[in-house]
Amino acid sequence: MATTLTPVLTDTWDADRSWSLASYEQAGGYRGLRRALGMQAADVVTMVKDSGLRGRGGAGFPTGMKWGFLPAPDGGPRYLVVNADESEPGTCKDTPLMMASPQLLIEGMIITSYAIGCHHAFLYVRGEILHVYRRLLHAIEEARAAGYLGSDILGSGFDLEITLHSGAGAYICGEETALLDSLEGLRGQPRLKPPFPAVAGLYARPTVVNNVESIASVPSIVQGGSDWFKSMGTERSTGYGLFSLSGHVTRPGQYEAPLGITLRELLEMAGGIREGHELKFWTPGGSSTPIFTAEHLDVPLDYESVGAAGSMLGTRALQIFDETTSVVRAVTRWTEFYKHESCGKCTPCREGTYWLTQVLQRIEAGQGTLADIDLLLDLCDNILGKAFCALGDGATSPITSAVQYFRPEFEAGTHTPADVLFPPEHSSLFSYTPKHELAGVHA
Amino acid sequence: MSIETSRTHKTSYDAETHARLTADSDVIVARYPRARSALLPMLHLVQSEDGYVSPRGIAFCAAHLGLSTAEVSAVATFYTQYKRHPNGTYTVGVCTNTLCAIMGGDAIWEDLSDHLGVGHDETTDDGVITLERVECNAACDYAPVVMVNWEFFDNQTPDSARQIADDLTAGKAVVPTRGADSVCSFKEMSRVLAGFGDGRADEGIGAGVPTLRGVELARAEGWTAPEFPGATASAGAGATVPVVGGEQSSAERPATTPADVSPAAEQKKQSTDDAKES
Repeated sequence: MATTLTPVLTDTWDADRSWSLASYEQAGGYRGLRRALGMQAADVVTMVKDSGLRGRGGAGFPTGMKWGFLPAPDGGPRYLVVNADESEPGTCKDTPLMMASPQLLIEGMIITSYAIGCHHAFLYVRGEILHVYRRLLHAIEEARAAGYLGSDILGSGFDLEITLHSGAGAYICGEETALLDSLEGLRGQPRLKPPFPAVAGLYARPTVVNNVESIASVPSIVQGGSDWFKSMGTERSTGYGLFSLSGHVTRPGQYEAPLGITLRELLEMAGGIREGHELKFWTPGGSSTPIFTAEHLDVPLDYESVGAAGSMLGTRALQIFDETTSVVRAVTRWTEFYKHESCGKCTPCREGTYWLTQVLQRIEAGQGTLADIDLLLDLCDNILGKAFCALGDGATSPITSAVQYFRPEFEAGTHTPADVLFPPEHSSLFSYTPKHELAGVHA
Repeated sequence: MSIETSRTHKTSYDAETHARLTADSDVIVARYPRARSALLPMLHLVQSEDGYVSPRGIAFCAAHLGLSTAEVSAVATFYTQYKRHPNGTYTVGVCTNTLCAIMGGDAIWEDLSDHLGVGHDETTDDGVITLERVECNAACDYAPVVMVNWEFFDNQTPDSARQIADDLTAGKAVVPTRGADSVCSFKEMSRVLAGFGDGRADEGIGAGVPTLRGVELARAEGWTAPEFPGATASAGAGATVPVVGGEQSSAERPATTPADVSPAAEQKKQSTDDAKES
C-alpha cells in the first residue's frame, strides 16, 4: 500500500480520559504554545504560511495567508473566531476531535491568537452537540486554571480570553459571515463581501475565521516546523487531514492520512464496501461537493486532483453508497436539506431550492415528466454562481453531478417510483419489513 | 400581544425569577464586548426556565438588551433549536438527512412516529417527548443516529429507538452512547447551552469505536506521522514517541554522555522536564 495513516490530530484520542488537560499534557500538549511564545508573532504566521496549511473547513484557502490579510495593528481589537458549526451533511470530523481532544483546539486557538495579535477569541460551536459543548467549556476552565489563558500567559506578557458560544440550529451559520452575524446576536445571514472578515469582521473589526481542524493543526506545525508538515501530502495540498468514511463501508470511521490518499486505499483500510455489495457513488467532501462514482476510486484526494476530476475536496466527508441506493432518493433528500436551511436572503437560493425540491419529489415518486430533468438543470444554472453565498452553489452540486452520471435513473422517475426501483430495506444497515406503502412516503 | 396569547402564556416573571434571570444574563453579557452578542445564549437561558422561547422570555431578553420584542422574535424564529411552543422534557431527534436516512433512519422515523403517535415537532400527550426529524448531526460514521436532548445515540435500529422512547416515557434514565452518564432534561440542557456548566464534562467516553478506527489501525500496523525534527528515534510500533520541547530546550543540547543517547535515560529526562514545565 502506497500511503499509510499519519496520526497527529488523532494521536491522543485513544488515551485514558483523553479530553483532560492532564492527559493532554502527558502526551506532549502545550509544547507548541511554549515554542510559539518564544518566537516573534510574525514568525509564527510565516511558519504557518510556509507549511502550506489550507483551510480544513471545505474551501481550502491557505490559512497563513488568511492571517496575513489582517491590516496592520491600529490599537483596536482583532479577533479570532473558530468555526465549530460542523453541519455539512456527511461531515463528522470536528465533533469527534472536540469530544476527544478539546485541549488541542484550545492550544491552537492560543497560538493563533498570539500570532495575529488577538486578545479575545471566540469558539462558535453548533448547539446540537451537548456533550462536546460541556467538554469545551471544561477545557477552557482547565486551561485558564493552568495559566494557559488569562493574563500574562506562561509569563510571556500575552493575554487572552476565550468565549465559548453555542449556536442554535442553522446550517448557514457555518458560512463565515453568517456565523459572525449570528455571533453578534442576529439572524445568521451571510454578509456581502468585500469587505472580508480580515478587514471588517466581528464588530466590524479585523477578524480571522478558521475551521476547527485548521486551528488544531497549528500546534504540531509550530512544533515540527513547516518542512515537517510539508513532508506529508502533495506539493500543493500539504500535510495530513481527517478522512471520515461513512455509509455502506465495512468499518466506517475517522482515518487521518496525508492529503492525496485515494478512496481505494482508504477503503482497503476500512474493510471495503459492505459484504456482497459494490460501490455506486460517493461524495468526496460532503453533500455540497459533486458526487463521484467507482471510476474515481484512484483520484488522489487533494485539492487539485479532486478539482480536476470535477468535484471538490471539501471536508473529506466520504459518504459511501452501494448499488442498492437510489441516487434520486439521496439527491432529493439533500435538496430538501438545502431548502430547509436556505436563509432566505437571496432569491435564487430561497426560491430555487423550493422549486428543485418539488421537481425532485415528483421524480422520486415516479411522477416526473420528460421535461423535468432539463428543468432541474435549468434551475441549477439559475442558482449556481448567482446565489449570495456558497449554500446555493452547494445545493446544485449533487443534482448536476447525479444527472451527469445517472441520468437513466432520473428518466425512470417518469414512470417508476424510486423506492420500487430501489427498495429502501435493501439499503438499510438492519433488516426490517417496511410498514408503509411504497412511493410518496417521504415526498 | 393578543388577548388570546395572554390567556395561554404567562406574561411576566415573578420578582425572584426575574432577579435570578437578570443575574444570569449579566454573566452572559459580560462574556462579550457588545451586549447584543448575548442574545443567543440568553434565548437558551429562557428555554431553561420556560421550556421554550416564551413571550415573556422574549420580552425579558428585549428589555435586558435594549431591543424591541420584534427584533428578538426575528432572531428566535430563525434557529430551529428555539421552540415556539412548550417542548417535551426530551427532544428525540431522528436523523433523516441522506446518509442516516438510507442507512435506516427513515425506517426508524416511521416506526417511532407510529409508535408515539406524533409527527415532526409534535409532543406526546404526557409532555415527555417532542419528536423531530433532525438534519445531519456530525456523527455519520455512527449512522443511523438518534439524538435525545442532543446527546448521541449511535448505530440505532427501530427496536433500539423504540426502547429509548419507552424508557423515557416510563421515567427511566437513558444513557447516550457518547455523552454524559444519563440524558438531562430539555431545561437542564438549555442551561448548559447558555454557558452554565453542569459539572458533567468528565462523564462518558472520549471516543467511540468508529472514531478510533484509524488510530487503532495505525497502531496495529506501526504507522506513524514523521517524527518532529530533532526527536529521538523511538523503538517499535505502538511505542510512545517522546516529543521534544521548544527552542533551546534540553533536546537540542548536543549529546555529551552515554546517558544522553540512551532511550531509557531520554524517557526519564523527558518526564523530569515535563514535571518542571507543569
